[in-house]
Amino acid sequence: MSDNVDTSTAPRLIGKPASAVSRLFESKQLGWAAFAIAVVFPFVIANNYAMNIATTAVIFVLLASGLNMVVGYCGLLDLGYIAFMAVGAYTAGIVSKAFELPILYTIPAVIIMCILSGLVIGGPTLRLRSDYLAIVTLGFGEIIRLTANNLDITGGPSGIYGIPGIELFGLDLSAPVSFYYFCVVVVALLVLGSARLGKSRLGRAWRFVREDEDAAEAMGIHTYKVKLAAYIFGAVWGGFGGLLFAAHLSAISPQSFVFLQSALVLMAVVLGGMGNTRGVVVGAVVISLMPELLRDMGNLRYVIFGVVLVAMMVLRPQGFWPARAYEPERPVPDIDPPGGGPGKPDGGTRPAARGRRNRGAGDAGADSAKGGAA
Amino acid sequence: MSMLEFENVEVFYGKIQALRGMSIRVEEGEIVSLLGNNGAGKTTTLSTASAIVKANSGRISFAGSDITRAKPWDVVAGGLIHVPEGRRIFSTLTVAENLQLGGYMVKERGAVAKRMKEVYEMLPLLAERRNQQGGTLSGGEQQMLAIGRALIAGPRMLMLDEPSMGLAPLIVAQVMEVIKGVNANGTTVLLVEQNARAALKITSRGYVIEGGATTMTGTGPELLADSRIVEAYLGA
Repeated sequence: MSDNVDTSTAPRLIGKPASAVSRLFESKQLGWAAFAIAVVFPFVIANNYAMNIATTAVIFVLLASGLNMVVGYCGLLDLGYIAFMAVGAYTAGIVSKAFELPILYTIPAVIIMCILSGLVIGGPTLRLRSDYLAIVTLGFGEIIRLTANNLDITGGPSGIYGIPGIELFGLDLSAPVSFYYFCVVVVALLVLGSARLGKSRLGRAWRFVREDEDAAEAMGIHTYKVKLAAYIFGAVWGGFGGLLFAAHLSAISPQSFVFLQSALVLMAVVLGGMGNTRGVVVGAVVISLMPELLRDMGNLRYVIFGVVLVAMMVLRPQGFWPARAYEPERPVPDIDPPGGGPGKPDGGTRPAARGRRNRGAGDAGADSAKGGAA
Repeated sequence: MSMLEFENVEVFYGKIQALRGMSIRVEEGEIVSLLGNNGAGKTTTLSTASAIVKANSGRISFAGSDITRAKPWDVVAGGLIHVPEGRRIFSTLTVAENLQLGGYMVKERGAVAKRMKEVYEMLPLLAERRNQQGGTLSGGEQQMLAIGRALIAGPRMLMLDEPSMGLAPLIVAQVMEVIKGVNANGTTVLLVEQNARAALKITSRGYVIEGGATTMTGTGPELLADSRIVEAYLGA
């Protein structure tokens, strides 16, 4: 609708010139390249262990891309995201077992339950902001897990087992390699979907809400509705993750949905670069594979994992691949003397903008004329 | 028909009363200023008009329709646009993206692109910096961007909260010129200012607000000449 702003001819006025690496990152073919790697992987290693790890990683990518809509695009810190995966996994497990249905037939039920739980959890909590929202989502995440732990229908602490694998057009896809391929295709479609959503009108509204909720509201965005939409989309993506998870392991129990899992998904999003689908995919792969790659280290592997994460956040806090590839590195050099001519309004020095709450970055120092009448 | 009218509007923040029977009227095509000290209720008046704050009693009408119980998005859709205090531009988004937010509610195809072109013509410095992040602009440029963003929405009336805040006098004058230009193009303006002198220069009428109600009103030149105003707000 309104995206036809000509950005191609205007020079980028600020920031480092695009390096080879960032040009590579910007490439449109990259998604295909990642997809190709995922497709080729079983031809390189196809033992059950590797397939198991790879499938887990692919499902994790789906979770991260779902949470990215909530945290990355819309800026709602959700510490209980795994609850939606639990809802999806339990719905798929219970429905398919109770009605002896192939697990794919449970998809409508999974979607409905996830939308409902998104509404139930998001409805009251999204009226809260920032830290309060985070605490309440944390609480809801635990509530879902404890509920699953105590209900009969969910099998209590021992959970549900004997969940059927994937069957599509009469083909049994429960063998490790075929199930892996199934996951790759489903996840690729959903990741693509989340990226498209991020670029849609709704996605733009999410970004505006993330950047400044009040300003977004002042410009007419129904912020509550927009936030709830992010939450529900996140919930449905999480539910699909749960369904694949249930089909993958054929058994689910409350221990699979502890807070640590929520934290790991969130870590994938933050590590990869909030709001950037590609970054989040990379982050999710790293977070899910690194403990496995470090398996030879024994117990030391989680220490190394932790150190790597801390180092990452110190050295590159915006993530591997932030939504903004061109962070300003320095302010525009201000050649004119302070209080310069009309062509150069506001002659003071310009501090580089850092952080997104940096409103009125140019206000400090030289421009202190408040009231104008002192 | 007046563009915006407040009749005896009362607003409470919890137990604290911010507006005590506020009554103002802005006619079509005017620039009206609200002057007053901190805490007088100027910002609350604007926020109540744009429905971000709810009125506890009284009546607000905009272009003939009652908007006392309207929602913020309805108010924006109706053409009453609020440029909040402190500019509130999106510092990590580019200038062009900031402007696009203004067009979020605009339904007609091509209207946003057309208005963006107009804004770039009116404020060429924004055109120069269209791919620059909002946060890297200077204070004055950010204010221009905030005004430009509001213009994309195609306002019938613009409410500006302290556009001169934190700006050097020369820049304040530039901002006031822009506001005058916006008004000359047919947009009614309600201006909240602490910088009374700058505001009154371009104002058709002004209200002085104290303790959540108007205490004085007059044309721009009248108020500029009034000794009480001079004493209280102009520091002469």
